[in-house]
Amino acid sequence: MSLISVEHLDVTYGAQRVLHDVSLEIEPGEIVTIVGPNGSGKTSLLRAIIGATKPSAGRVRRKPGLRIGYVPQKLHIDRTLPITVDRFLRLANKVTRADCKAALDVAGVPDLLKRQMSELSGGQFQRVMLARALINDPEILLLDEATQGLDQPGSASFYRQIEAVRAETGCAVLMISHELHVVMSASDRVICLNGHVCCEGAPAAVASAPEYRALFGTGTGGALALYRHDHDHDHDHDHPHSHEAAE
Amino acid sequence: MTRATLAGVGVAFAAAPLGCFVVWRRMAYFGDATAHAAILGVALSLALEMSIFAGAMAVALIMAVTVTVLAGRGYAMDTLLGVLAHSALAFGLVAVSFLSGVRIDLMAYLFGDILAVSRSDLLVIWGGATLVVALIAWRWTALLTATLNEELAYASGMDPRQEQLILTVALAITVAVAIKVVGVLLIAAMLIIPPAAARSLARTPEAMAFIAAGLGALSAVAGLRAAYLLDTPAGPSIVCIAAILFAGFSAFGWTRTRT
Repeated sequence: MSLISVEHLDVTYGAQRVLHDVSLEIEPGEIVTIVGPNGSGKTSLLRAIIGATKPSAGRVRRKPGLRIGYVPQKLHIDRTLPITVDRFLRLANKVTRADCKAALDVAGVPDLLKRQMSELSGGQFQRVMLARALINDPEILLLDEATQGLDQPGSASFYRQIEAVRAETGCAVLMISHELHVVMSASDRVICLNGHVCCEGAPAAVASAPEYRALFGTGTGGALALYRHDHDHDHDHDHPHSHEAAE
Repeated sequence: MTRATLAGVGVAFAAAPLGCFVVWRRMAYFGDATAHAAILGVALSLALEMSIFAGAMAVALIMAVTVTVLAGRGYAMDTLLGVLAHSALAFGLVAVSFLSGVRIDLMAYLFGDILAVSRSDLLVIWGGATLVVALIAWRWTALLTATLNEELAYASGMDPRQEQLILTVALAITVAVAIKVVGVLLIAAMLIIPPAAARSLARTPEAMAFIAAGLGALSAVAGLRAAYLLDTPAGPSIVCIAAILFAGFSAFGWTRTRT
């Protein structure tokens, strides 16, 4: 069954409706990216999926006992809160020091265990957040603008790490980003959101869809080609999706 | 004198771990507002002839919950707290003046009257302190995760709103037991100064809480001693010692990071 299925989700804040009739499913092992302009409800959708926001209509179903690894948007740790990377990672349930080391290895930052969180660079910090998300052996990773504040090479390398993690652990990935070209190249499927699902499908197909171009213009089409690289691993795309734009 | 020392140390132990969260979550004025509201609780409990602890705790709790609920309604937090804290204090002082029947020593509630701590007061203080420490120790991981990031807590299957409520309750209990020791005006100082002083010495959250407890207890013992020797008011003397420790350790922290 799907890891997560969102069915006709509506989210309203006061009188403002930020999400309307959003439906999507995440299958095991796939990388799905949600793109959309500011205020399109991307973060609200992710909050609804983790249970932080109550839907006003529709529902979110998670596979029973689903293990979620969550990488938040730039997390601010107050300078008054002293915490080492080691202690931060061990905030998760039943985690041993060996688990911490292993997770940092997978996240690509093996030597940070004893450092203070506040001393890390932006890129190191996000990789520690990734390690925190990986530590409970998640079936799905959720990333909310995880590379905000990183420069382009930094975020490109972060997303390559995500792909490597997926290849190694087989977990699904659902991520939000506004860095279209970087993210789309790493995705199996892209969902373009603007209060509702505008279009959905393979990255190249979405990038050429008229709904997408209406939102983002045509400029990113060229950038997409620049940053694309070959997916040299196999994926079965035989599960049914309602691809409005693709195919 | 022994009772006073024990009372001071008890309050320091409860205030330290709670104070760490007050500092980390930037709730300093929240602590202040809750404490100021307690004077209204004191007035009410005198009028109704009930326990001061119960009255102060009830009003502190109502205050804390009101702030939490109103904070989501569009007022800036500092404005809201400024309005509520000082109105509660003013209403409390006015209410006290209506209590013509009983002569009460207002100063004792504003600045504490640690030397008058009775055996039963001591029992309440240590009971309350134990409850607060136990509550925070029990929820420690969840509280810490919720403090770091709300979404991270939700994704780990925790409910940050519940943790917020636990802190609020712990704060109300601490305020109620600390009134006798440092008074409503200086409770926030006992919450904030020891953790702030401990910050430069600690590398983990747990270490910070333990060091804060040690510094708080030290302040209580040394402050009482100073008050006895110099004939100064006890509550403010305790806070003065804490402030001096803060200044000393902060200077130490700066010199260490400079080199």
